[in-house]
Amino acid sequence: MSSIANLRSVEGAGATLDPRRLRRDFPVFEHNPGLVFLDTAASAQKPRAVIDGVAEFYRRDYANVHRGVYRLSARSTELYEEAREKVRRFINAADQREIVFTRGTTEAINLVANSWGPAFLGKDDEIIVTELEHHSNIVPWQMLRDRVGAKLVVAPIDATGGLDMAVFERLLSPRTKLVAVTHVANATGAMPPVASIVRLAHEKGAKVLVDGAQAAPRMPIDVQALGCDFYAFSGHKTYGPSGIGALYGRRELLEAMPPWQGGGDMILTVTFEKTVYNELPHKFEAGTPDISGAIGLGLAIDYLQGLGLDRIEEHEAALTGYGIDALAALPGVRVVGAGQRRLGVLSFEVEGIHPHDLATVLDQHKVAVRAGHHCAQPLMEKLGLAATTRASLGLYNDERDIDALAAAIRAAQEMFVR
Amino acid sequence: MMDLRELYQDIILDHSRHPRNARAIAQPSHFAHGHNPLCGDRVTIYLALEGDRIADVSFEGRGCAISTASASLMTEILKGKSIAEAETLFRSFHAKVTGGEAPAAPESLEDDLDRLEPLTGVKAFPVRVKCATLPWHALEAALKSGALGATVKTE
Repeated sequence: MSSIANLRSVEGAGATLDPRRLRRDFPVFEHNPGLVFLDTAASAQKPRAVIDGVAEFYRRDYANVHRGVYRLSARSTELYEEAREKVRRFINAADQREIVFTRGTTEAINLVANSWGPAFLGKDDEIIVTELEHHSNIVPWQMLRDRVGAKLVVAPIDATGGLDMAVFERLLSPRTKLVAVTHVANATGAMPPVASIVRLAHEKGAKVLVDGAQAAPRMPIDVQALGCDFYAFSGHKTYGPSGIGALYGRRELLEAMPPWQGGGDMILTVTFEKTVYNELPHKFEAGTPDISGAIGLGLAIDYLQGLGLDRIEEHEAALTGYGIDALAALPGVRVVGAGQRRLGVLSFEVEGIHPHDLATVLDQHKVAVRAGHHCAQPLMEKLGLAATTRASLGLYNDERDIDALAAAIRAAQEMFVR
Repeated sequence: MMDLRELYQDIILDHSRHPRNARAIAQPSHFAHGHNPLCGDRVTIYLALEGDRIADVSFEGRGCAISTASASLMTEILKGKSIAEAETLFRSFHAKVTGGEAPAAPESLEDDLDRLEPLTGVKAFPVRVKCATLPWHALEAALKSGALGATVKTE
């Protein structure tokens, strides 16, 4: 546990997080009394520190970055680069230059698919994706496949809903150039064993990209311990602003990759004959970046680290367990399997009630959940489901929210199942 | 709190639990698939036209209570109608649930429109309007495309 987290716990939050107390940090709950927000996997609510901090930045310190000679621009640049350092620490990257700001996880994955992809992948090379992936970790690889004539290989889930590691190992071969895998699956919460996947992939010389969109807000991330080559996550799911995210890439990989987009900020010198590209990470940040977004993300990271990511993981894991038990205890409710480990996401079916009807009834009870395919249509297809209802957890949720969900499900059953 | 019973009236629940005409027509003169990508709902509408008349109409699919009840009620009402009447009913129903301006409907269709009234509860639930209109959009697509079939999506 970090020293800051220790300090906070001494201050009175106790050894475990107190969601009711934390709720006061999120103004949305003041403005929506009684809201039971169980859709953090879609996007997290924002703490006051982020909302006010971004507004304050605009009031006091705003100017374009990396350009101005004047002090205000220097200050803005300093804050922007400080946010990069916060991201580096957040995921324990070795070097600030390994952190590229993007619009989010989707753009981070697309950056790799568009830059690293065509430069290092050719005909008949193989990309492995898993059945657990969000569309954003499938479609960019399909596009790359079609561009360079590579093959897309799909690693299946097993009967329990976890990644089938035996099959995954068999699919790996010297032809495998990349494995793209989620850290926490957005549709079911399943956690494939990413560290093992990285080790196995590296034995075959393949690179590994990890989609950390759902993991980053829920657990400590250490890209060096994971050993992954790329890691992508989003600001808005990490209690920060939307429109910002980050790509981590190992330095030698990023160095060898061509720029993806051209424009200002990514160049050193430009003549009509030749352009010399800027150094990392600016080579990949063409145009004026989302300056306030980056600063907001830095503030969200400060907030999460102040609470302690290990304590956040404990909270998420305990509440996930409570949620599974509470839902499984309801007659007619089936929680969709996620294999051996799951974090922060509960996908379920209620017999005789379509997820959309259920979500409408839950909304009338002020319970906000997601109903649908969760941008994971191939996984839904494999599970034989057109749609599920998904409750996902955040810092501000506690057992009472799960109890409210269960009570609202019962009310829906009274209406639909007779 | 909006009253859920406005949305899920007994007639809706009844049709969703026991949908009428939920079957395929072996050799339809017209058919089309409807798909709501938001929720994954799918419906196929089959028509058997004799001249200008709808001799038989049915549907198959998987969907929520609203879209299932809407398809069920629609097929009940359309049997025996002319194509022109079916199109008038579609426009009137669409206007009713979206709050648009309804075209003048002939008196002969008033009873049918009354039967669709329970579905207009979706007006208070904007994200659910497409559930109610999906089968009707598929009907329109079927009438346009004939035996070749078509796919229509709500967005």
